[in-house]
Amino acid sequence: MLELALKGSKKYWGWIFFLSAIILVGVYFYSRQYDYGLGITGLSRDVTWGFYIAQLTFLVGVAASGVMVVLPYYLHNYKAFGKLTILGEFLAIASIVMCILFVAVDVGQPLRMVNLILHPSPESILFWDTVVLSGYLLLNVIISHTVLEAERKSIAPPKWIKPIIIISIPWAISIHTVTAFLYSGLAARPFWMTAVLAPRFLASAFSSGPALLLIMVFIIKRITKFDPGSEAIKKLGLIITYAMCANVFFILMEFFTAFYSSIPEHIHHFQYLYFGLDGHNTLVPWMWSSAILAIVALIFLLIPKYRQSEKALAWICPAIFISIWIDKGLGMVVTGFIPTPLGKVVDYSPTAPELFISLAIWSIGFFLITVFYKIALSLRRELVT
Amino acid sequence: MYDSGKILIGIIVFLILFTSPIWYDLAFGNPAKKPNLVLPTGEDQQECVMSAEYMRDNHMELLNIWREDVVRNGNRIFATASGKKFEMSLTKTCIHCHSNKTEFCDQCHNYLGVSPYCWDCHIDSPKLEIK
Amino acid sequence: MDNNRRKFLKLAGLAAIGVSAGKYIDIIAKDTAHQIPPADLISGTELTSIKVNSKNRWAMVIDLNKCLVDEDCTKCINACHKTHNVPDIGNPKDEIKWIWKENYENAFLDQENYYMKAELRDKKVPIFCNHCDNPPCVRVCPTQATWKREDGIVMMDWHRCIGCRYCVAACPYGSRSFNYRDPRPFIKEITPDFPTRTKGVVEKCTFCDERLAKGLEPACVEACTAKALVFGNLNDPKSNVRELLKENYSIRRKPGLGTNPEIFYLV
Repeated sequence: MLELALKGSKKYWGWIFFLSAIILVGVYFYSRQYDYGLGITGLSRDVTWGFYIAQLTFLVGVAASGVMVVLPYYLHNYKAFGKLTILGEFLAIASIVMCILFVAVDVGQPLRMVNLILHPSPESILFWDTVVLSGYLLLNVIISHTVLEAERKSIAPPKWIKPIIIISIPWAISIHTVTAFLYSGLAARPFWMTAVLAPRFLASAFSSGPALLLIMVFIIKRITKFDPGSEAIKKLGLIITYAMCANVFFILMEFFTAFYSSIPEHIHHFQYLYFGLDGHNTLVPWMWSSAILAIVALIFLLIPKYRQSEKALAWICPAIFISIWIDKGLGMVVTGFIPTPLGKVVDYSPTAPELFISLAIWSIGFFLITVFYKIALSLRRELVT
Repeated sequence: MYDSGKILIGIIVFLILFTSPIWYDLAFGNPAKKPNLVLPTGEDQQECVMSAEYMRDNHMELLNIWREDVVRNGNRIFATASGKKFEMSLTKTCIHCHSNKTEFCDQCHNYLGVSPYCWDCHIDSPKLEIK
Repeated sequence: MDNNRRKFLKLAGLAAIGVSAGKYIDIIAKDTAHQIPPADLISGTELTSIKVNSKNRWAMVIDLNKCLVDEDCTKCINACHKTHNVPDIGNPKDEIKWIWKENYENAFLDQENYYMKAELRDKKVPIFCNHCDNPPCVRVCPTQATWKREDGIVMMDWHRCIGCRYCVAACPYGSRSFNYRDPRPFIKEITPDFPTRTKGVVEKCTFCDERLAKGLEPACVEACTAKALVFGNLNDPKSNVRELLKENYSIRRKPGLGTNPEIFYLV
């Protein structure tokens, strides 16, 4: 089916080459990082996880969000999502590939990553994260390949794929829960050690993932004849609304617990994020932008007239995506380290090489999505004509 | 078959490129310097931890076992077949006798194009000044 | 391509993988059947290797009253960093430190006490890895590159570490440093007896396990002229550390987290 991706308009090839150029720039910067060491990034002795791990955490959520279209269609026979499930699965594949790449560029000795398999450590959540993420990738590759092949032959998919799809639903929940466990089990980091972290992750995943899916649906609607139907779009809007309500609620819960208890070790992190601490306020404008975007988007989402209007969703979804990207990305990861366990405030900001490498990995993800969607949509168009 | 002319030309170009290291070397290359190992001459440096035949084939295996034993099990002493005891250490034992890496280790390694990364951490010239 | 040709090519591919897999299994099998004799353990010769066993439980007591007599002293730090080729990178972003001096209020963040005696408040105390009894860093390491030895030492295997820095995130004491750059250019005087590390691995104090194997005390303990650092065996009720702990009031860093640190400070 790959040959379907090799025939396209000038705009398609222009986009492919644009992404490839960004990827090549990233490869150059990665070679510099491989040579110099991770010191080329903004990471320091105290803030050891930064932009790369932030992207990983956010993208695991986007990968898990495929379940929001798969679950209604396969468990509840919600036929309106019929055209979207394959797009959700492809998004999951591209996101997991990006997650694995972000880990690979963040690790100090990438050639030793095989040690993860040679020396399994069941007590380590990172071990389980590699297991569930690889499993999820495998599941989605099998599912999307089988379903698309069946579509191509205009027959029903084989019966054995149904249990595999059903398994992928709790598996999707598990990948993000395990990723949350990476953080929420560490006694050393009171900002992360909260039981509500896993629910927060899931709520933000189920709003940001479908938001990205909707953005891509709108783009595809503009450039092709693909139309999943207004009912599917409205339903996704509703899912995003509920998930965003839960997400904002959880964030407010965190605020209450921290500030009402007045425990310095808990308050200081929130102070650093939203008000600045000891004169350090790098993240303050970012967090307030994230908060304002979230509140405004949520208000409009709660009003049915806007939630059901594709024109409104066209800007609400990017607002939600960016808001959660800030909050769950740098906002959550870096703040676990600031203040340090010794009570000091150390700033972190990503360097240019770090940003270029990250941009390249995002481009790889978009490259994969473009190719996958091109295959799926060309297939469907061919079948119709 | 369609475009057979282009395909045949493509195959020939590929074969030329694929075998280029061989014919380029035959035509223009310098022959690699055969390894010329300089063995240690000291009186107390005549017995190695294992036989030369074994070491020629398996010194990496030995070093891997040593590294597991020293770091992870805390055992540091190695007994040879003849009963002589050595400390399991690349720098303190191996390089103690084979003190000139260029004249010994590098001879075979360079010839085969092998660059073990052990020397990123382990000191390779304890008697000379380190820069 | 018709079905038969496709089937043939698939079969040929699988066969090729099968044949080469057989070869690889052969090579791996040969590797594990090693032909060298197992390491013997001796005592009484000039080469000693004191066996690691669970009879010992190594710990350290730091007498702050003795330590703070000379506030500018850094003998323990210099000894440790020299013995172990710890680089001096020169900037707090990439710096590596196994032992260092920290303000009392930062070292003991959970003991906020503004009116405490001035001899301790505003003073710097030496801190390093606590070699916890219940180490969170060991729990999170995905390759067991750090693990807890039978005698209590939390060890590092720099061959296996992949540099994921999960242990750094899990340590409540900030004891661990990551090699953000190649450390070699930043080591003024290399001690050839101990390897350096390479970029991309995490390092920390290992209680001088290489010295303990020879029956020597850790480098910092030996270097301390004020005899403020006392190293000993907690399992022996008559040991120096047990006596000190019996007779003096001692505190540990963040004991409430359940890590059970084994570095005691006499205040």
